[in-house]
Amino acid sequence: MSTSVALHASSLERHETASTREPAWVKAALITVALTFFAVFLLLPLGTVFAEGLRKGWGAYLAALINRDAWDAIKLTLITAAIAVPFNLVFGVAAAWLIAKFEFPGKRLLITFIDLPFSVSPVISGLIFVLLFGAQGWFGPWLQAHDIRIIFAVPGIVLATIFVTFPFVARELIPLMEAQGSEEEEAAVVLGASGWQVFWYATLPKIKWGLLYGVILCNARAMGEFGAVSVVSGHIRGQTNTMPLYVEILYNEYNYAAAFAVASLLALLAIVTLALKTLVEKQTRRQLQEITEKSGE
Amino acid sequence: MASLRRFSPLPGFGLAMGYTLVYLALIVIIPLTAVGTKTLTMGWDAFWAAVSSPRVVASYQLSFGASLLAAAINVVFGLIFAWVLVRYHFPGRGLIDSLVDLPFALPTAVAGIALATIYSENGPIGKVLEPRGIEIAYTPNGVLLALVFIGLPFVVRTVQPVLADLEKEVEEAAAGLGASGWQTFCRIILPHIAPALLTGFAMAFARAVGEYGSVIFIAGNMPMVSEITPLLIITKLEQYDYAGATAVASVMLIFSFLLLLIINGLQGWMQNRHAKGS
Amino acid sequence: MKLKRFLAGLLAGALVAGSAGAADISILNVSYDPTRELYQDFNAAFAKHWKAKAGDNVTINQSHGGSGKQARGVIEGLQADVVTLALAYDIDAIADAGLLPADWQKRLPHNSSPYTSTIVFLVRKGNPKGIKDWNDLVKPGVSIITPNPKTSGGARWNYLAAWAYALEQPGGSEAKAREFVGQVYRNVKILDSGARGSTTTFVERGIGDVLIAWENEAYLSLKEVGADKLEIVTPSLSILAEPPVAVVDKVVDKRGTRKLAQAYLEYLYSSDGQELAAKNFYRPTDAQIAAKYSKQFVKTRLVTVDKVFGGWRNAQKVHFSDGGVFDQIYVPGGKR
Repeated sequence: MSTSVALHASSLERHETASTREPAWVKAALITVALTFFAVFLLLPLGTVFAEGLRKGWGAYLAALINRDAWDAIKLTLITAAIAVPFNLVFGVAAAWLIAKFEFPGKRLLITFIDLPFSVSPVISGLIFVLLFGAQGWFGPWLQAHDIRIIFAVPGIVLATIFVTFPFVARELIPLMEAQGSEEEEAAVVLGASGWQVFWYATLPKIKWGLLYGVILCNARAMGEFGAVSVVSGHIRGQTNTMPLYVEILYNEYNYAAAFAVASLLALLAIVTLALKTLVEKQTRRQLQEITEKSGE
Repeated sequence: MASLRRFSPLPGFGLAMGYTLVYLALIVIIPLTAVGTKTLTMGWDAFWAAVSSPRVVASYQLSFGASLLAAAINVVFGLIFAWVLVRYHFPGRGLIDSLVDLPFALPTAVAGIALATIYSENGPIGKVLEPRGIEIAYTPNGVLLALVFIGLPFVVRTVQPVLADLEKEVEEAAAGLGASGWQTFCRIILPHIAPALLTGFAMAFARAVGEYGSVIFIAGNMPMVSEITPLLIITKLEQYDYAGATAVASVMLIFSFLLLLIINGLQGWMQNRHAKGS
Repeated sequence: MKLKRFLAGLLAGALVAGSAGAADISILNVSYDPTRELYQDFNAAFAKHWKAKAGDNVTINQSHGGSGKQARGVIEGLQADVVTLALAYDIDAIADAGLLPADWQKRLPHNSSPYTSTIVFLVRKGNPKGIKDWNDLVKPGVSIITPNPKTSGGARWNYLAAWAYALEQPGGSEAKAREFVGQVYRNVKILDSGARGSTTTFVERGIGDVLIAWENEAYLSLKEVGADKLEIVTPSLSILAEPPVAVVDKVVDKRGTRKLAQAYLEYLYSSDGQELAAKNFYRPTDAQIAAKYSKQFVKTRLVTVDKVFGGWRNAQKVHFSDGGVFDQIYVPGGKR
């Protein structure tokens, strides 16, 4: 939710002028604090993951990644993200269209509800699906009678993942579309375009970078979710273990090097996510700037 | 439904509204009501007993206390980060700007095992601190550390754009009036970024209270000492105490919802100020 | 439209889940934490045995976790054909949910426990704190690692063993046992939620002077990190830990896997199964195999839960339920 705010700024840098410059020692001190904090708090954990993964050499590292259990975990993680992300993508676009383009009572409340999964503890996100679909839950007896399994099977993992990544795309798009306004869409309607044409030709090109940005964040969380998935998984090797759960299992099996090897794959994913994000952020900013310039004319 | 909205020539209100509400109901509202109804079945006395036993209260104290403290620490360091990133040019600035979001992107379980490795007695930092009597891993300090880690980007990313937008002229005017740098900061900059700081604080706090993955690996999970509320929910589940788990969960849920209302209110306030200012 | 797509998604997911390993027979063994290594070996041996005997390819899926959590999973619908858990109470809970009959423990020999274990101490090399028996644990300055008895099956055995020791001392009484066990827990530095978590804390993180652990877990640690770093101390009195196994009737009847599941558990009692148990540091119940491995297991006085505590249901109710004895004697934070 915070990242969406960043999109409002036309430029995130400003240059100091003589009259507003702090004394040199203040500047040096602040930069030192930031760099130290950065090194200890962010770089060190990241480095540790790779260092521990490679502690037993490249052979052991690769062996940890190339085996059936690891592969099954990777596959399940990919399947989960491949289902959860598109669902939330479509929802995000619909919700952003609704909130950015129309005025209606209860809008703020709706936004709060959309945000809710952000601040619900992952543990509770898992618990609710146990309460619904567990054998003792609301739909439990019916599901059992029809031999449909949700909890402790892939559908439960997918559902929990959809829940925790629910707001990501919507939250990126809403501020972006609000900032962009609706002139182009309204012009298109006047020219006789259909609803889908308006969206496809007037809106989508304007929001594509913001959309991508949301998808990237959504995907990172979908692949990395631990708490919620842990509650609904059942931890069956090769069947219901996602990568983060597999990391925990290896960690509990004295297989520290292997645990960190799999963790390093996830860390790599995080790095790629951040790199893509930085790229996309630049594009979004450029797009916003163009809009501000245009509206300024 | 059309009567609900102010006139707009754009199509798709009905479809978007219908879809949003149905999806929201299916994925978020209905599952969350399961917590509510399960809680209602237990009756007030049982509910109160479940959510107010000493061990549960101790876990609230830890979860909320450590989260508050972590969010406060993040306000300080987040502000420094945002300040440095916005105002200074130095080698590595771009890298820091990208990697500040690492705690968003790194799976919490990975963060947890990495932090536990670094700060335990035989890890690179724990080794240095332990002989000096500072224990981090497996104490409430570990909880705090993990929560600071996951909350950092929230403050940085809310303050950064506001700081960047801050009109230079305002500051220059202050300098022209003869205010010192520190006075300018306290009287002009700080009030301006206060809503953003507060929003970042609230977000970091909300996230920290519910955090599970990164904390359990480093907390030591001692009842009454280093046991966070989400872990307690899991513990209760494992003792087949569904009602108890759900009761505690409902307390956390209500809290999350209230906090979110506050955050959204703050953001509305920020946007209004922003609109007026420019 | 939305709903249809949503259901389609669920269905697709269900199909993915259902189709895994459909080509051959598979069963799911839901077990507790420290049995990972045992069942890794045993499953391979059983698959070979079953192939030779019945000609089918059998895949045994494994799930490990804290015993209570695993039992909850099965109650919630985790499709376990067999459960191999840390203590009878957890299988009782599954029986209470109606998934298997209440007298399940009578269906297999030795209280349905093909192997047993006991509770021992793991200490640092050279035993720097001089820990020989339970009463050394309450000395000031000894820092103990044991999991939380509320969540860990192994931890409950630890707790009951300490209790039984105090009870059996000259002049022992319920009150003295209560006092003693309270003292033990005041020296506990970290209370992990599972047995494996405690072992990791003690062995890998190097925290604490003594780990109260399953005998098999202690030997396994010795094997993993080397006998040059750790030592095992067997106390003068400990508890006979019987981790039971059972076929989950409701599941096997639905899946048509009863024969296989039954054979799987019975194979645990065969000489092959017993050998594997012994090799993984579980005490075999088969007299012959036990004799063969007698050197591996230190002889000590072992008491049973049934005799000292009147069975697991009773022990659970008195000691580990909410507000039970453990809750009363556990002093927040311990003494540092």
